[in-house]
Amino acid sequence: MSPTLFLEQSLNGLQFGLMLFLLAAGLTLVFGIMDMINLAHGSLYMIGAYLMASFAQATGSFWLALPLALAATAVIGAVLEVSLLRRLYRRDHLAQVLATFAVILIANELVRIVWGPQPILLNPPEALTGPVQLPGGLHYASFRLLIIGVGAAVALLLYVLVSKTRIGMLVRAGASNREMATAMGVDIRRLFTAVFALGAALCALAGAMLGPILAVQVGMGENILILAFVVIVIGGIGSIRGALVGSLLVGVVDTSGRAFLPLALDVFLPPQVASGAGPALASILIYVVMAVVLYFRPQGLFPARG
Amino acid sequence: MPFSRFVLPAVVALALAAPAHAAKELKIGFLSTLSGPAGGIGVEIRDGFNLALKLAGGKLGGMPTEVVVADDTLNPDTGRQLAERMLRRDRVNLMTGVVFSNVMLAVWPTIRDAKVFYVAPNATPTGITGKGCSPYFFSASWPNEAHHEAAGEFANSKGYKNAYLIAPNYPAGKDALTGFKRTYKGTVVAEVYSKLGQLDYSAELAQVRAAHPQTLYAFLPGGMGINFIKQFVAAGLSHEVQLVVPGFVSDQDIVSAVGDPMLGMFDTSQWAYDLDNDANRKFVAEFEKAYNRIPTLYAEQGYTAALIIDQAVRDAKGKVEDEKAFRAALMKAPERAKTPRGKWKEAANGTPIQDYYVRALVKDRDGHIVNKKIAVILHDHRDFWAKDCGMK
Repeated sequence: MSPTLFLEQSLNGLQFGLMLFLLAAGLTLVFGIMDMINLAHGSLYMIGAYLMASFAQATGSFWLALPLALAATAVIGAVLEVSLLRRLYRRDHLAQVLATFAVILIANELVRIVWGPQPILLNPPEALTGPVQLPGGLHYASFRLLIIGVGAAVALLLYVLVSKTRIGMLVRAGASNREMATAMGVDIRRLFTAVFALGAALCALAGAMLGPILAVQVGMGENILILAFVVIVIGGIGSIRGALVGSLLVGVVDTSGRAFLPLALDVFLPPQVASGAGPALASILIYVVMAVVLYFRPQGLFPARG
Repeated sequence: MPFSRFVLPAVVALALAAPAHAAKELKIGFLSTLSGPAGGIGVEIRDGFNLALKLAGGKLGGMPTEVVVADDTLNPDTGRQLAERMLRRDRVNLMTGVVFSNVMLAVWPTIRDAKVFYVAPNATPTGITGKGCSPYFFSASWPNEAHHEAAGEFANSKGYKNAYLIAPNYPAGKDALTGFKRTYKGTVVAEVYSKLGQLDYSAELAQVRAAHPQTLYAFLPGGMGINFIKQFVAAGLSHEVQLVVPGFVSDQDIVSAVGDPMLGMFDTSQWAYDLDNDANRKFVAEFEKAYNRIPTLYAEQGYTAALIIDQAVRDAKGKVEDEKAFRAALMKAPERAKTPRGKWKEAANGTPIQDYYVRALVKDRDGHIVNKKIAVILHDHRDFWAKDCGMK
């Protein structure tokens, strides 16, 4: 295996992991602070991607469309929280799962009605459709490098936000012990809406970044949502640091598994079998990792609650 | 009550056992993939089919025609349930439309057991044309391996020494690489099967780069092809590796999504938009007028399927339920109907015997990217598996 191949697959894993982080960060905050399982998180990702595609077509510019899509999705997230999800905080997890699952179904149908059953086109910015030459001679897709950059920047921003600002302190207090935070005079309702809107904006960013690589289609949120839940379980509910470590771990394991397992299996299995078994084993690998982590640390790697 | 317990089943049994009679109306079940990343293919076939129906005044073979459309969403189980519903509840007397071979193989036993004819506008898996052949199956498109055999022949003619192969892991993907390997004389560097519906090819493309092949042969239809080619270009591989594809990966649906980076690509097809015959000129002109876009090879397949049905129903005088009469009419239909492909024949195992062309993506006078016919690469080509079919 050449160093170029290793570098390229590592970058692929990093790219995938950082995008998972964008989704996992919002999800873990909502689960950690409001103690709510929000299955509709994947729908916000889908709506963010669709809005991004529509704005990009309307304005003709990727960069103009991006803030518009983030803002619009944040508003939709806030509206969803105020109107529906707020009533679920006191309910048990099963009620939350049922209600947010209904939101998934409704969101899918609404998107299908508005944009049609076929995927819509979202292209990367014109300047980023080609490769960039990295040291070592590897030509890597420039848009994927942008994704890595954006993901890393968001991780840094969230770190600063959560550990160095007052709002971040309130968020950490709420995640740690909601009742005590309320008793200390924190306006929980507004905090929750703000956290939810931030989570929605992060979803939209992930959708806008991944849309050009994958496809902007109905139901695109479901698969990635499952991985996001695995990430926050591994990382620890309510912890952004846990979400980052967990998503990088899952991203790298998944990508390396998909890349190298078929090669390993190819040695002693026919190509069709190796190609089928490889990705299947790779996805099992993630759950094996999750099981191992939970065995040693049932609360996850960096639990927010003490 | 004991008496009524027997009445209802008896009535149902009598109703289902009603003897076949000559149909007064043609009811065609159009089961296709109309949503999701590959949905565009089904839409193209449907649009081509409906265009022929419209030009025939809503009557195929002179009989008033109703088309019942359903979306299998690329799910074989859904396809099977929809086929059963079309056959039992809607009582269709002909079926067509299936895009994907895994769905086709799942619905085929249901259609065959109902003794209803199926005219394939796309998927023609080797499972139904070889040992499993049946008089009820008629392909108006191509045998699954044909475009790939043509591409292998084309790669030989260009002197490509080695090739890296990629296809999705489902029956047509396996048929594709089997067909390519049959004619290709160079070295096969690797044979990789990606997941059906996979959208991110970063892992596969990294492997291609590491393998340094001269040629990459990729069969990835619909949305898979759009993503693959975009990512292939974005990774800078278009300068390092020669990409050869079957027509499914470089027709208008993918061109309109990817654009200029595809100029200069070669592909193989059973049809080209600039084929020199009156039926084709009419097809292309009417399609552009009706739908405001250039037709793909999928649209031609849907259109031709309708023309074949029209000719066969007319020749069989409407007796769609008569196995011998209708099959005889179907077998003769390609030579009698004026299809955009010109004159072609049907083999006894239900697959076309026809020419395959090499096309290239160039810009036409108006600046649109089109697939221009370059040459005939396979002449009067037959399905390899016809030898396993016992029918005459």
